[in-house]
Amino acid sequence: MNKMNRFRNKYGAWLLAMLMGFFSFNGAKAASSEEVDVQNIVFSHIQDSYTWHITEWGETEIAIPLPVIVWSEDKGLDIFLSSQLHEGQTYHGYQIAEECDYAGKIVTQNAKGEWVRPVDLSLTKDVCALLLATALLLGIILKTASWYKKHPGKAPGGFVGMIEATVMYIEEEVIAKSIGEDYRKFSSYLQAVFFFILINNLLGVIPIFPGGANVTGNIAVTFVLAVCTFIATNLFGTKAYWRDIFWPRVPIFLKLPIPIMPFVEFFGVFTKPFALMIRLFANIMAGHTIILALTCLIFITASMGVIVNSGMTIVSVLFCIFMNCLELFVACLQAYIFTLLSANYIGLAKVKD
Amino acid sequence: MSLLTPDSGLLFWMILSFGIVLVVLSKYGFPVIIKAVEQRKAYIEGALDSARKANEQLANLKAEGETIIAQAKEQQNAILKEAMMTKEQIIAEARQKAADETRKQLEEATRRIREEKEKAIREVRAEITDLSVAIAEKVMKESLNNDDKQKQVIDKLLDEVSFSKS
Repeated sequence: MNKMNRFRNKYGAWLLAMLMGFFSFNGAKAASSEEVDVQNIVFSHIQDSYTWHITEWGETEIAIPLPVIVWSEDKGLDIFLSSQLHEGQTYHGYQIAEECDYAGKIVTQNAKGEWVRPVDLSLTKDVCALLLATALLLGIILKTASWYKKHPGKAPGGFVGMIEATVMYIEEEVIAKSIGEDYRKFSSYLQAVFFFILINNLLGVIPIFPGGANVTGNIAVTFVLAVCTFIATNLFGTKAYWRDIFWPRVPIFLKLPIPIMPFVEFFGVFTKPFALMIRLFANIMAGHTIILALTCLIFITASMGVIVNSGMTIVSVLFCIFMNCLELFVACLQAYIFTLLSANYIGLAKVKD
Repeated sequence: MSLLTPDSGLLFWMILSFGIVLVVLSKYGFPVIIKAVEQRKAYIEGALDSARKANEQLANLKAEGETIIAQAKEQQNAILKEAMMTKEQIIAEARQKAADETRKQLEEATRRIREEKEKAIREVRAEITDLSVAIAEKVMKESLNNDDKQKQVIDKLLDEVSFSKS
């Protein structure tokens, strides 16, 4: 009962803080009577950025400047904080491009006066979120693993038990069943993929500071994961797998004069990981977009009077709660699907005659 | 469009961090967990198996014990029966022996008595003979000579007398 009360109090405080935040935000925006640029808000969140924007308090922006690491042929290596580039400032010839092919990225002028991209290894918002998730994941899994060393022959409970149950479920129900006999070679990779996607997805659902970055909704991240699956699939493919691609068991006219089926099969080798990449990217990005758009609804209707605004606020909050629950589910589901399909592709490449 | 073009910097950091995750966790993370769980599973299965075996053995032992007890009871009964029979046999034998002994003694006694009687009769007859001879001698001292022929006559006479008496 006590716990329940505390829980409710906590939630009450949360809700109150959120509402206050909304109204103060609301008031500020309404006072300045600006048009809310939803597209800009949504896109600036979904895309990577050099600063970690947290919120605006009145007129002052609260954001964490992140280190920029760039290297160009003319200037060599440069490391500085992104606050040096704030609002179109230039630092050592570097600036954030406004409107060209490289919009939002750091550019510099080369000897010929052309705007070019330097080698950019900046710790951007997504990189920081990625590193945070990596550290968290390593901590969680290594702590779980060390628990077994400290308590040999015992069964864990609580958090370690939950991790163990998840690991064993993925191992037995997903990996072993999809790949078959020699699944152990791939089990560590697929486990890593699952937990890596899961923790990044879950951190992305958290709306406040350390979370909320759109990491798995960034194509670079899903690209790397899909490439890894592509390599794992094709590097360990059996002879029968390659034979089925280049000389599939279909009527001869489908492959002799014009190799239609071999072409389709060969194309399939690339479309499978490509689909993996797009599926994860689109799902997570869409989730972030919808939640942001729903939240923006409040600010768009701010100019339409108190009644419409408060009505829309309630609708928007309710929808946001629903979407967040859905996103929580999608976060787990997409990690599961990516792992399951990867395991299936690897399993298919291990066919025997 | 920039949404769909992977950024090289992020690509680099992604490869790095995922590589670290993959290498570290595939060495110290997941295999350790899976191995520990599998060991535990094997241990539990082994323990259950040995418990089942112990139970079976216990049941076997119980059954064995019961058969042993039953056998012992049977043996006891048999021994008791035998003892009873032996006892009765001994008693019967003893009785038989006693009866035999008694009969023998009786026979012996009867035989002796008869012998004694015959001896006595013989002695008495001899005495009587002698006495009769003496009396006859005395009676017929003159007329009769004490020779054997006369003795035989008298003996014959006495025999007749004693046989008619007995």
